[in-house]
Amino acid sequence: MQYLIREKMPFLLSCIALLLLACGSLAVGSYSIGFDNLTTSKGLDLFEVSRLPRTLALILCGASLSVSGLIMQMLTQNHFVEPSTAGSMQSAALGMLGITLLWPEAPILFKMGFISLASLAGTLVFLSILSRLSLKTALIVPLIGIMFGAVISALTTFIAIHFDLLQSLSAWTSGDFSGVLKGRYETLWIVAVVTVFAFIVADRFTLVGMGKSFATNLGVNYKRTMFIGVLMVAIVSGIVVATVGILPFLGLIVPNIIRRLRGDNVRHNLPWIALLGAGLVLLCDLIGRLILYPFELPLGTILGVIGAAIFLYVLIRGPSEVI
Amino acid sequence: MKLFKQDYHRIAGLSALMLISALLFLFMDIQGSLSYALPRRFWMLMTIMIVGISSGIATLLFHTITHNRILTPAVMGFESLYILIKTALVFWLGSSFNWFGSTILKFAVESSIMLGFVLMLYRGLFQKTEDLHRLLLIGIIFGVLFASISTLLQRILEPAEFDILQGRLFAKLTLPDPSLILLCLGLMSVLIGITWRQRYLFDVIALGRTQALSLGIDHSKAVTKILILVSVFVAISTALIGPLTFLGFLAATLAYQLTHNHKHYLLIPMAGLLGCIFLVAGQVILEHLMGMAGALTIVIEFIGGILFLTLLMKKGRL
Amino acid sequence: MIEVQNLSKSYQGNNVLENINVKFERGGITAIVGGNGAGKSTLLSIISQLEEADTGHVLFDGQNIGSISRELLAKHLSILRQDNHLVGRLTVRDLVSFGRYPYSKGRLTQEDQNHVDTALRFLDLESLQHRYLDALSGGQRQRAFVAMVMCQDTDYVLLDEPLNNLDMKHSVAMMKMIRRLADEQNRTVLIVIHDINFAAAYADRILALKQGKLICHDCPKTIMNSETLELIFDTPVKVEEHDGRPLAVYYR
Repeated sequence: MQYLIREKMPFLLSCIALLLLACGSLAVGSYSIGFDNLTTSKGLDLFEVSRLPRTLALILCGASLSVSGLIMQMLTQNHFVEPSTAGSMQSAALGMLGITLLWPEAPILFKMGFISLASLAGTLVFLSILSRLSLKTALIVPLIGIMFGAVISALTTFIAIHFDLLQSLSAWTSGDFSGVLKGRYETLWIVAVVTVFAFIVADRFTLVGMGKSFATNLGVNYKRTMFIGVLMVAIVSGIVVATVGILPFLGLIVPNIIRRLRGDNVRHNLPWIALLGAGLVLLCDLIGRLILYPFELPLGTILGVIGAAIFLYVLIRGPSEVI
Repeated sequence: MKLFKQDYHRIAGLSALMLISALLFLFMDIQGSLSYALPRRFWMLMTIMIVGISSGIATLLFHTITHNRILTPAVMGFESLYILIKTALVFWLGSSFNWFGSTILKFAVESSIMLGFVLMLYRGLFQKTEDLHRLLLIGIIFGVLFASISTLLQRILEPAEFDILQGRLFAKLTLPDPSLILLCLGLMSVLIGITWRQRYLFDVIALGRTQALSLGIDHSKAVTKILILVSVFVAISTALIGPLTFLGFLAATLAYQLTHNHKHYLLIPMAGLLGCIFLVAGQVILEHLMGMAGALTIVIEFIGGILFLTLLMKKGRL
Repeated sequence: MIEVQNLSKSYQGNNVLENINVKFERGGITAIVGGNGAGKSTLLSIISQLEEADTGHVLFDGQNIGSISRELLAKHLSILRQDNHLVGRLTVRDLVSFGRYPYSKGRLTQEDQNHVDTALRFLDLESLQHRYLDALSGGQRQRAFVAMVMCQDTDYVLLDEPLNNLDMKHSVAMMKMIRRLADEQNRTVLIVIHDINFAAAYADRILALKQGKLICHDCPKTIMNSETLELIFDTPVKVEEHDGRPLAVYYR
């Protein structure tokens, strides 16, 4: 019993903290909603159409992107890889531009599929570049990923200029949750399914990360597992980018913070990573909504500042064995 | 000995190419009243020439002090830093603050603050960190951090403005204030003069820290000197058109390819000329042949990014 | 004369050099030997002011070397280390000409050119002088760097492991060349060297370090006995006589 308390207590407390954050997220907005007017039709409407979807979307994006980051880190055996430092998110944005140009009236699920495919293609190109690298140091991997992402972004911007879609492009990719309404976020539940699936197969990713011969020796199909991992990351990146835009560094900082606090055991870390990811995103979003109330700052921008600062801290001050 | 001559011939050839592109830039497809279009084109030409020369030489000098050919001031976040300083000043002083009507004062304050930050943040970094990849990654993330803070401040300044991100995505070729162009031109000429006088010193510094020290050079003083030059060059080009991550990289990398003898009296004119040609000829081609006047900077980012990626992959260290 | 007094240096709590006191007289070759991490290169770096000592100081002809300007010092003392990878493309002659930088700041006079010619001839590089360094073999490139240091025309020449990456033939040639540098040009040479037999065969004095401490500083004859060598290198060494010279045998 005591063991249970010691082990589970911190996690339970963290869950409660997340719940409180979620309540905060639900309560904040230009129309004040409290228990008193939740029963009125206007309050309930607003709650159902805008507040609840937004909070759910934040939790889903935060948790799933953090877990995606972890998956990528396991697959590449590198602590600095995540969807925005591997070209996955930038490729998704390119895909989004592509589908808007090619078939703007496509059904939503088709669009999501297309964007995820673009993200998958981009990630696979990144991985094949990596496998061709002669000198693979821990830091050159994210370097190549960031540069690769920059090249894809330049291409996307070029196409957007050509078709006069620059305005829309910057609106899509800014990582803004203010447009999340009922009916425009539901595809994010797919992301939730993928994240739950990650919990089930996490151990295999660890084995794949050990290398091809190691994994094969233990009876894991290397290529297939690798592909499934990348596919999961691509689906998450694609859907998140399509719904809210690019959320940089989330998948990098969350697993690294948890790793520092709790060590390297992936299976035990997973729930923590999902929890912290969701909490961090809720918190950043709250900050963005409160600083300039009633105006909002997009979450992508706030994450850019906080994420880059934490990343720099890890790079400069971090003990060398982490890198 | 023959190869030396070839280097001179190439500089002459590039100068001719530069001249032709400049003439095309000024006179090609000119429509309507000449007295309206020509001055505009002339100022634009001046602007992008200054930017091209500054970026090329800044990157070359940066390569010399850091003793490698991958790091560039722009990739290391210098440009984002300059933009952050500009934004932060507007943020604190208010957008109505007019610097007593003096562009010079504004630019001077901005670039001095930038200088201070560069020396504070980067000087130690270059001398302590040996690991090139870590240095590069730190620089890039510094750049992301500066850019994100700038966006955040701009958002706070104008919360209702939704296309702020655009400014961050790529540099735009809009005509700056002529007084700023003249200021930058004058400043750049002074910097080039200083650079040219020190060309032999740069050759020695390019040998690396140990060798430079052994040959009697106060290395850390020289690094400070070059970082100051580089910062002001970057401030000039960023003030005129905005962030251009890979222009300097393209110019310097091609300068090394086209020069047999890597001494600075050849590399300096080569890098400057190439930076210029990329912008002027690139704009002529894109505007008149492809009808995409606004896309020049993004095309440079694309091509430069690919080249950077290839070099990074090919050589673990440079 | 270079005099090292009470010199200590540590990196992150590790003592690399501990209270070193030693004098290097003018003329001849001094070989600095010792195992890995004995502090050989650090000593050379501190003498040449590439690194700073934690305590103690170095006197150059009685004057504290830290108070001599770099510009002036470069005319009296030169150092060549092993980490000299070049990023640019230079010809052999260009590289050697850099040796004249302390005197002419890059604008070479006829006298400087003569120095360059002499150095090129001395190292047998005349036929290679217009070749680019990246097209040369390791041994040739090494010679070009030594020519540059020689061209600097300093009384003291400090060489950090000049035999690194050289095969047998080129190692012997390099040592002969260093010997001539001392004999014909009257330079004072300090070299860090791994191979005790090279040191014994060419140096006038041997300075031995072990874990940052000075073990001995004497002529090769006194040092070349199995007792001293085993103390320095921590491994069994036999010393045999060969052609009237001591030869250390330590391979098995």
